[in-house]
Amino acid sequence: MTSPQPRIGVLRFPGACDDRDALWALSALDAEPVFVWHTETELPDLDAVVLPGGFSYGDYLRCGAIARFAPAMEAVAAFAADGGLVLGICNGFQILCEADLLPGVLRPNESLSFVCRDVPLVVERTDTPFTSRCAEGERLTIPVKHGEGCWFADDALYNELETSRQIVLRYAEPVNGSRNDVAGVVNERGNVMGLMPHPEHAVDPLLGTADGALILSSLVEAARDRALAGH
Amino acid sequence: MKATVLVRPKHGILDPQGQAVESSLRQLGFAVGEARVGRVVDLEVESDDPAGARAEVERMCEQLLANPLIESYEIELAAPDD
Repeated sequence: MTSPQPRIGVLRFPGACDDRDALWALSALDAEPVFVWHTETELPDLDAVVLPGGFSYGDYLRCGAIARFAPAMEAVAAFAADGGLVLGICNGFQILCEADLLPGVLRPNESLSFVCRDVPLVVERTDTPFTSRCAEGERLTIPVKHGEGCWFADDALYNELETSRQIVLRYAEPVNGSRNDVAGVVNERGNVMGLMPHPEHAVDPLLGTADGALILSSLVEAARDRALAGH
Repeated sequence: MKATVLVRPKHGILDPQGQAVESSLRQLGFAVGEARVGRVVDLEVESDDPAGARAEVERMCEQLLANPLIESYEIELAAPDD
């Protein structure tokens, strides 16, 4: 059986705005992306899922708080529980935290300003399906654009995450007040990751940096492996 | 039955919104200490039984209205005669 192009679902919530960029970037990296509407109660046959950025449900109440109860999110939780690969970008990260699929929570930036610029990142771990194409300690430049990207965990939770090596990406400079400059985390099992920077906006040098392709192509490769292994 | 939920940033959690409000109040000449900004949710609950209504609103808070990592909540039920 050959499956040169892994199928990657891109969830679409009302208020999402980076869904098409995610679709385009995954296509460019040789995956077969498919949109999944938020009201779907079942996912199609997929090798990975991406929750894109945006402002699902207008960011009402708290970012991601409403989206986590979308019917499709129940299917995503089941997919993740089954070992499926799930990547949440920006609002997708916020949704995964609210859904308890990832640890911590994203709060308003310390400055209260919306931050929109390329930021330097440090890769802390490369033994994940999302960073396998990076080198440990490698510096990446990927844009952020968020008003609520200040990741927070209390002391007990943070120490636990440090011990279990769940911090995957850090900002190399202060960006939004995130605890210990955390920019991306994985769940304990390592099959769900969230990050505030937007790799889908950085897959072509024409856009200023193509470092985001390292993250997304790691995911595409891992999804392909899963497809070939028949999950 | 009417219920009011007060959601607050937990003690010790940085509240930049509160800080901005605090500094604006000071600029206006008010002598204020720390300001914290939370959220109010007014609800109508079908149940007429105060204990049942409170338990239901508590479940709403745990599941949706507050994030226990960063927020605390208080529930006020209107007196039945209101």
